[in-house]
Amino acid sequence: MRQIYLDNAATTPVVSEVFLSMKPYFLKKYGNASEPHQMGQEARLGVEEAREKIANFFNANLEEIIFTSCATESINLAHKGLIEALNLKNPHIITSSVEHKAVLETCKYLENRGLATVTYLPVDEFGSVRLEDLEKAITKDTVLVSIMYANNEVGTIQPIKEIGELLKKQDHKIYFHTDATQAIQYLDCDVDHLGVDLLSFTGHKIYAPKGVGALYIRKGTPLRSQMRGGSQEGRMRAGTENVPYIVGLGKAIELVKERSDKSQVVRLQKQLIKDVLKIPGVKLTGHPTNRLPHIASFVVEGVEGESLILLLSDKGILASTGSACTASDLNPSHVLSAMGIPPEISHGSLRFALGKDTTQEDIEYVGKVLPGIVERLRKMAPKL
Amino acid sequence: MTKLFDALYSKDVIKHVRSPKNMGEMENPDGVATVGNPVCGDVMRLYIKVDPKKDTIKDIKFQTLGCGAAIATSSIITTMAKGKTLDEAGKITDEGLAEALGGLPKVKMHCSVLAADGLRKAIKDYRSKKF
Repeated sequence: MRQIYLDNAATTPVVSEVFLSMKPYFLKKYGNASEPHQMGQEARLGVEEAREKIANFFNANLEEIIFTSCATESINLAHKGLIEALNLKNPHIITSSVEHKAVLETCKYLENRGLATVTYLPVDEFGSVRLEDLEKAITKDTVLVSIMYANNEVGTIQPIKEIGELLKKQDHKIYFHTDATQAIQYLDCDVDHLGVDLLSFTGHKIYAPKGVGALYIRKGTPLRSQMRGGSQEGRMRAGTENVPYIVGLGKAIELVKERSDKSQVVRLQKQLIKDVLKIPGVKLTGHPTNRLPHIASFVVEGVEGESLILLLSDKGILASTGSACTASDLNPSHVLSAMGIPPEISHGSLRFALGKDTTQEDIEYVGKVLPGIVERLRKMAPKL
Repeated sequence: MTKLFDALYSKDVIKHVRSPKNMGEMENPDGVATVGNPVCGDVMRLYIKVDPKKDTIKDIKFQTLGCGAAIATSSIITTMAKGKTLDEAGKITDEGLAEALGGLPKVKMHCSVLAADGLRKAIKDYRSKKF
């Protein structure tokens, strides 16, 4: 049965160009990049070439790019590393209530350890932070603002550039971090345009393998390493470099640049949204226009998300849900809750995330299959 | 046979989600109960028709709004309860349901608890109406 993969916000396949770029570094060019001999230097070259590609992509300097294992690690390093390095009595962090758990849990950890106080900005019904709320939340102790570039569950884009400008106007330096994981493929990531000091991202959302990510650290940003040992990555992140994966990440970033035409995804997303909204009792979540072109999330009345996913999967369509039933803690999606969507409604959440290879036929098939599944599950439910 | 990890769903669970048994509304049930609540995401309704002479479940139907485990446990409980005496049916446990489904992840056991509870409440409903 044909598989239609529409869960690209969760992860993407490794594309063959990326895979081929990585291959030599497993069986042939396997040297430790820190060794001075020929094989070491060969591996070192692979790492530094990747670093250069990534630095170019962000309009950053080479020494401002640190390789990590994933965005979660980058986020941990950015938040904990900054607070530790600043070593202040009462540092204050401002973040949003719709961040990825990596940001939220790291902030909660800092709060619980008494290392920082945190303000979690509310969002509007579309999941956007309001600049007025941010401005009001800033105090003399605020040292870090951390707002994701675009939301992974509903696709809403945050006003990163405007936040950067707002922070520049403050009377003291406030560092600015953004989790750009979902934005890399589709939005302007020039760090000077955005005005960010720290930027986290990962490979496996951009057709590189799982297990590699990076952190951009603007020169002059105080940061304490969270991984101690050897002096890799300018002593910012110990551990023998994961050469093949770093090479893969570099290649993937290069391909993002080449893949500048987003018109296909935009067009298919429009069609998908139009088709899905034909089903009665279905609402689109997230901002109607200020949204990523590849994510389309809905709430479907009268059905539960996991059962939707299972029946869709049976028909070869792979999507995801924010339903509480799929969370290990059985809590509804914190993003949908922050947007004011009650648990009974967020239960029926359904997220599609298109990929670079999603076709017209794929979208048409979803439009054909989904209504029947929704009807079936609605019939299965007791009338309340 | 020990499981290496608490995997999501067994083949049997998926089978029930795909083709649930005895799904639907029952007209004039002898006993009915609705358990769960929409906030946690699972709502099950169980309908039973009882043979008063043999005190057995003549017919049983379910309706569920919930995840895969919720659908599977309410579906399989109808197959396990049909034909049984009310006493026997009332003794079906959450563990019994999980076993019959080839196991359930720990986080999903609350669904089997709900299904067993729903059946007991439907039986209670019938008994209370009889007198």
